[in-house]
Amino acid sequence: MSEPRTLLAIDQVSKNFGRVTAVDAISLDIRENEFFALLGPSGCGKTTLLRMLAGFETPTDGRILLDGKDIARTPPNKRPVNLMFQSYALFPHMSVRANVSYGLEMERLPAKEIRSRVDAILATTELVAFADRKPEQLSGGQKQRVALARALVKRPRLLLLDEPLGALDKKLRGAMQLELKRLQHEVGITFVIVTHDQEESLVMADRMAVLKDGRLLQCDTPHAVYEHPADRFVADFIGVMNFIPGKASADGVMAANGARIAGKVPAALTSGAPAVASVRPERIRLFPSDETANRTTGMVEALAYQGLDLQLHIRTPLSPKPFLVRVTADAADRRPVASGDQVELGWDAADVRIFAD
Amino acid sequence: MAPALVWLTALMVVPCALVLALAFFRRGIYGGIDYTFTLENFGLVFDPLYAGIFLKSARIAGTATLFAVVIGYAAAYAIAAAPRRWQPIFLFFAVLPFWSNYLIRTYAWIVLLNREGLITQLLRWFGYTGEPPSMLYTEGAVIAGLVYNYLPFVILACYAPLSRLNPELAEASRDLGASAATTFRRVILPLTVPGIAAGAVFVFVLSIGNFVTPALLGGGRFQMIGNLVYDQFLTANDWPFGAALAMALIAITLLVLMAQAMAANRASGRVTEANGGADG
Repeated sequence: MSEPRTLLAIDQVSKNFGRVTAVDAISLDIRENEFFALLGPSGCGKTTLLRMLAGFETPTDGRILLDGKDIARTPPNKRPVNLMFQSYALFPHMSVRANVSYGLEMERLPAKEIRSRVDAILATTELVAFADRKPEQLSGGQKQRVALARALVKRPRLLLLDEPLGALDKKLRGAMQLELKRLQHEVGITFVIVTHDQEESLVMADRMAVLKDGRLLQCDTPHAVYEHPADRFVADFIGVMNFIPGKASADGVMAANGARIAGKVPAALTSGAPAVASVRPERIRLFPSDETANRTTGMVEALAYQGLDLQLHIRTPLSPKPFLVRVTADAADRRPVASGDQVELGWDAADVRIFAD
Repeated sequence: MAPALVWLTALMVVPCALVLALAFFRRGIYGGIDYTFTLENFGLVFDPLYAGIFLKSARIAGTATLFAVVIGYAAAYAIAAAPRRWQPIFLFFAVLPFWSNYLIRTYAWIVLLNREGLITQLLRWFGYTGEPPSMLYTEGAVIAGLVYNYLPFVILACYAPLSRLNPELAEASRDLGASAATTFRRVILPLTVPGIAAGAVFVFVLSIGNFVTPALLGGGRFQMIGNLVYDQFLTANDWPFGAALAMALIAITLLVLMAQAMAANRASGRVTEANGGADG
């Protein structure tokens, strides 16, 4: 397979609002036809970055290269980029069809072509039956599809989506996540989605960037970000993580109670420095074999049955917070545990990630 | 409900009914009222002389409305685009003249438009030496006075829908390839028409019946319907004809208000939608 082509290069882009730095020298490459997620807590700069890609904000510094051409100062109506707004921003005085046609009318295309392209996208987004309705007569999910159709019909090089599923309830959200992914494959357009929902990015994105305080912390595939977080913040923000605070040693972390947690220590971490060892809940086993590198005992404080698996809160001497452990329903059936039980738990050194604290 | 009805009956329905009744009687020979039924007064309203004054009043009120809407909308747009915390201050200054007396505000225009008034002096200061322009006691002066007096209504009426408009709608239009001008014409303007209509009706209705401004800025010879009604009641002592003219004026006003109410009803759906914007 050949190296995928870079569509959009964000090159050392910064944005200041007065004395506040919203985006701080971010560089990112977004590839042709990928589903890219910008993820971070609110105020991390992801929305500002998105608005710079759409053309509603001008970078204070840096370049935004689309197909190699700097578009940082191109007005929004002159870039082959479309944004699906969080509020959908459908024109309330226009029908669904008029909303979707609007962008093509701006390109001064022949009426016949507009009609056929609008018909096609209404069919793709299953909106044919609603073509003559006004936005106020639509449900949240239908409005979302109109907003998507309105942006997609322009066949942009890049489609930006600002928290596209934020207004939908949880069940509809799951369905729309898959729907968006299917559509992205079907139309072959690069999607950049902004979200604060880490689960959403894990499910949908081919690659994701984690932002905090205007800075890029990590940019990689969901799998790599989940398994090898760049720092403690990313480890905590993506998924669930158990942290064991302590001090770095040559081959692991010395916990506060004197226990040694084996794991690979990053080169940058000097012996004796404050460090934290971490392990994902699904990597911890109950009743481990004697060869397991890291072992401890704890008391089951609470259980939560979740269908596929069982979530346990286990109090251990290693950390002030109880450990979260996920056991498959299958394993739980073979060796049942109950609240108040003393259990042994263990995990491999290879599953431990160590960060500066 | 009941107190409101009593209030409305005592202060609106009864006086209007009395004036309406008056219009069906004859004028007494020495003024006063001769209580014999007639439709003559209404016939006289359509006399070319008086119908002409109606038309002229409508034209002046219409022109004043047009200017007030253009200036008022632009002002409201600028205020709505200003930083949030400045908006109440700008609005306060826009409405400030409104809290002074109507007569004083109108007299101020005499000071401005006078032959040797402020505008003439300003022209002289810039080196103008010719005849002072005659501005006072013209139709233009009357229109300027009406526009000035009723501008705050338009600013307030247009500011409301403009400030509530979801700014993402304009951004969406730009994003879809529209220029700023097209965005204004196809998105912002249609969604703020109810405010324009409300402001326009206000200016038109108050202007067409106005008699103070034409009397002061139009000079003694200048007549609009309001002056005509005033003269019939207070100078000519022809109360029945005055009443018929007043009824014709009320009829015009009601028609305009009904047209506006119907237009607003049609537009109300899209306005509530535009204000909400986001669902969550």
